[in-house]
Amino acid sequence: MPKLTVNGKGVEVPAGTNLIEAARTVGVEVPHYCYHPGLSIAGQCRLCMVDIEKTPRPSIACNTVAADGMVVQTETERVRETRKSMMEFHLINHPLDCPVCDQAGECWLQIYYMKHGLYDPRMKDEKVHKPKAVPLGPHVILDAERCILCSRCVRFCDEITHTGELGIFERGDHSEIGLFPGRELDNKYSANVVDICPVGALTDRDFRFQVRVWYLDTAKSICPGCARGCNIEVHVNRRRPHHAEGRRVARLKPRFNAEVNKWWLCDAGRYGFGFVDAAERLLMPARRQGGTSTEATWDEAIAAVAGALRRLTPDQMGIIASPKMSNEDLFALRRLIDLCGVRHVAGQVPPRVPGDEDDFLIRADKNPNSRGAELLGLGGDARTVIEAAGRRRLKLLWIFGHDLLASALPEPDVLEALRVVDTVVFTGSNANWTSAHSHWVLPAAAWVEREGTYTSFEGRVQRFRQAIEPLGQSLAEWEIVTRILAPLGEAPSATRAEHWFRQLAASVPAFAGLSYQLIGDSGRPLAEAART
Amino acid sequence: MAEIVLMRNFSHPDSHTLNAYRANGGYAAWDKAREMEPAAITEAVKKANLRGLGGAGFPTGMKWSFIPKTHTGPVYLVVNADEGEPGTFKDRYLLERDPHALIEGMLIAARAIRCTLGFVYIRGEYVQPWRRFSAAVQEAYDAGLLGRGFDVIVHRGAGAYICGEETGLLSSLEGKKGWPKIKPPFPAIKGAFGQPTIVNNVETLCCVPPIITRGAEWFAGLGTKTQGGTRMYSVSGRVKKPAVYEASVSITLRRLIETAGGVSGTGRLKAVVPGGGSAAILTADEIDVAMDVDGLKAAGSMIGSAGVVVMDESVSIPEALMVLARFYAHESCGQCTPCRESTGWIYKMVHRIVDGRGHKEDLDTILDVAKRGAGTTICAFYDGAVGPYISYIEKFRSEFEALIPHA
Repeated sequence: MPKLTVNGKGVEVPAGTNLIEAARTVGVEVPHYCYHPGLSIAGQCRLCMVDIEKTPRPSIACNTVAADGMVVQTETERVRETRKSMMEFHLINHPLDCPVCDQAGECWLQIYYMKHGLYDPRMKDEKVHKPKAVPLGPHVILDAERCILCSRCVRFCDEITHTGELGIFERGDHSEIGLFPGRELDNKYSANVVDICPVGALTDRDFRFQVRVWYLDTAKSICPGCARGCNIEVHVNRRRPHHAEGRRVARLKPRFNAEVNKWWLCDAGRYGFGFVDAAERLLMPARRQGGTSTEATWDEAIAAVAGALRRLTPDQMGIIASPKMSNEDLFALRRLIDLCGVRHVAGQVPPRVPGDEDDFLIRADKNPNSRGAELLGLGGDARTVIEAAGRRRLKLLWIFGHDLLASALPEPDVLEALRVVDTVVFTGSNANWTSAHSHWVLPAAAWVEREGTYTSFEGRVQRFRQAIEPLGQSLAEWEIVTRILAPLGEAPSATRAEHWFRQLAASVPAFAGLSYQLIGDSGRPLAEAART
Repeated sequence: MAEIVLMRNFSHPDSHTLNAYRANGGYAAWDKAREMEPAAITEAVKKANLRGLGGAGFPTGMKWSFIPKTHTGPVYLVVNADEGEPGTFKDRYLLERDPHALIEGMLIAARAIRCTLGFVYIRGEYVQPWRRFSAAVQEAYDAGLLGRGFDVIVHRGAGAYICGEETGLLSSLEGKKGWPKIKPPFPAIKGAFGQPTIVNNVETLCCVPPIITRGAEWFAGLGTKTQGGTRMYSVSGRVKKPAVYEASVSITLRRLIETAGGVSGTGRLKAVVPGGGSAAILTADEIDVAMDVDGLKAAGSMIGSAGVVVMDESVSIPEALMVLARFYAHESCGQCTPCRESTGWIYKMVHRIVDGRGHKEDLDTILDVAKRGAGTTICAFYDGAVGPYISYIEKFRSEFEALIPHA
């Protein structure tokens, strides 16, 4: 482990660490554009120059490996002047169109100009003109004039997705990013190039022009799109509700987790939040009688469901939980199932079309918490419950989230089950065919409207935080279950998801020793024995 | 005039054929070298004080010795025949008129570095040199000189100056965009296709057979203390007999111009570019300089590729700079920010000045921009551009100011 000093501070780093990362460990930021820790070293932007003792000229920190005894200075007069020059070079042909640029507010040209530039502009000549507003694929659009040619996007497509759609064409100051002939930037991770683009060259076709980034609030979360559990940030617009036609979730961004997704997120996960602000959201409890649906109060709905649960025998009740529910939801539901002795219990509904999978992040299982559901005994196949209903054994069927009519379950069987059961209860965030066939609809909050934990397929328990208020009167599933438990004789001890998690950790060995505090921002693996 | 070494066969009819080459003692050096230990060959080249003749002037024997001794995979020899430095046209003569000298030099160098495969990267526009060299390679295969432990692949460039930079050349050879590679690692450690690679210029390798046959001391004695041999000077511009001239590396620039028949045009010398477009310009008062690597370095310029461009008093220095600045803006590969952005910017400023639309601060801006960008890039291209930017303006500032309104 080489020991060196950065601006006089001693630091010991693993062999092979470059000077940008070594400096970072002692809180020294070396400005850079082309360097990205997830990509190969390009050494092109020339911004990360530092002074190294006994070296005649400033060196690029990205391609200099820390060596024992190295004395590095990042703030010498010479380094500052070099940085200022590099900023000027980066900006002479830049259109300086911040007022209409979607990147404004999170643009590293703006940030570094204010920190390291602040020169008086000397460029008086016509700038180089390049293509603008060029769609590269379904999610990404290019403004070549704003591009600083750091090549991060090119390296991403070469080294991470191995799809190689992008290249740098032409030479000199006419160089521009572009697609190879006949190609489209349509790989399953394409929008990551927007995240790693340090400037406004590559922007997100879904997000751009919706809201200025400085109006966004951020919550740390987990992508619910598959069993991987990629760490994300949810960016929401609460401060300018009149923008973007009332859309509250502005965008999802990957959040670094070395153990899970590193810096990346697939496009399916990134753009999978549309249901949150969709018109199909269920806003109020409702009951359906004779084909007409009427709004109800939570008290009425809870009394109806609790009454049925109390009245019926264990063999007359069926519950289909969901691996989209959090560990807290499932544990509360498990408590209810055990209390009432519900005999017909399942969690998995086979999808009509098998999910796609790759050898990077995307998992075929499109549920964020299948592992948690299995550990709580709620991972069984819904087929058995539907069959029991079809045999007219069930009086109550409570379905969480699933659209049974859009699954691989035989449609006649499902329709028959929904027809013959006296009380079909649906709990979910959005309306679907199944909710339309239910007698009671209990609206659930979307994952960004509440907090909780998911257990990834690798057995990693990860927290997601609340970003916005639940829409309408919707509630988190754990809260709905808690409210139903009260009339059944279980005092409502849980007022937060964390309360249920504490009981979960105390009673389920796989979760032993875990707490919200321990799980923190980056998650924790299950107890040793539960990892498979 | 010194001994003629490199151009010794040029005057023979059919000098490009194997028969003619053999008739003049060709491949005797290879016959001798194949009996020598590889290390002894490298040692001879070191003692001969042979320095790279492509531009950088790096000691050739030392470069060869950088190949890691412990490396077990392939080692490659790459010949840089992408002659593109403005004012330079020597390698094309060697390829056209004495291609077997290069093949023999490659055979000997390959033995020294234990290499079994060589690549020759020939400038795309060099059609006749490529034809002649390819025919010679075929002859060498037919004669059993190649194909028995050493093979040669001839590769044509596609017309980019930057592909003459050794690592840009390697990128291009590998099928990639011709972008210079970030160093370290250097090519001798990790070069073509990730393997240790020696990149040598055509003329450099053509010096190797005579070193083997006539001895390192003889070769060293032809030059100065720090550089042996003769070299080929491409003399062009305002001289009466523009041509390639071979002379000792110690010849003075004044003597070289006289050899080329003296200054033409007005007959009065204004300036000389001594070593290709990227060399700093010299004034008429600065031509008593020895044309070796260290002599020109001491004079604040460089010998580079030994492309000598002579300008008489009628030549406009601002226009000459504009031509060069356009070249650098056009040929910058665009990889590093300072070079990509400022070559274009400086060309625009110089063009504006020549056009009579200069601002009085333009000259200082050019000098400042050039100095700020110098030494900050992956390869030497930008430093090569900075030489002319600064020297043309600093040495002929009044000529530029005369074109600027209100200067």
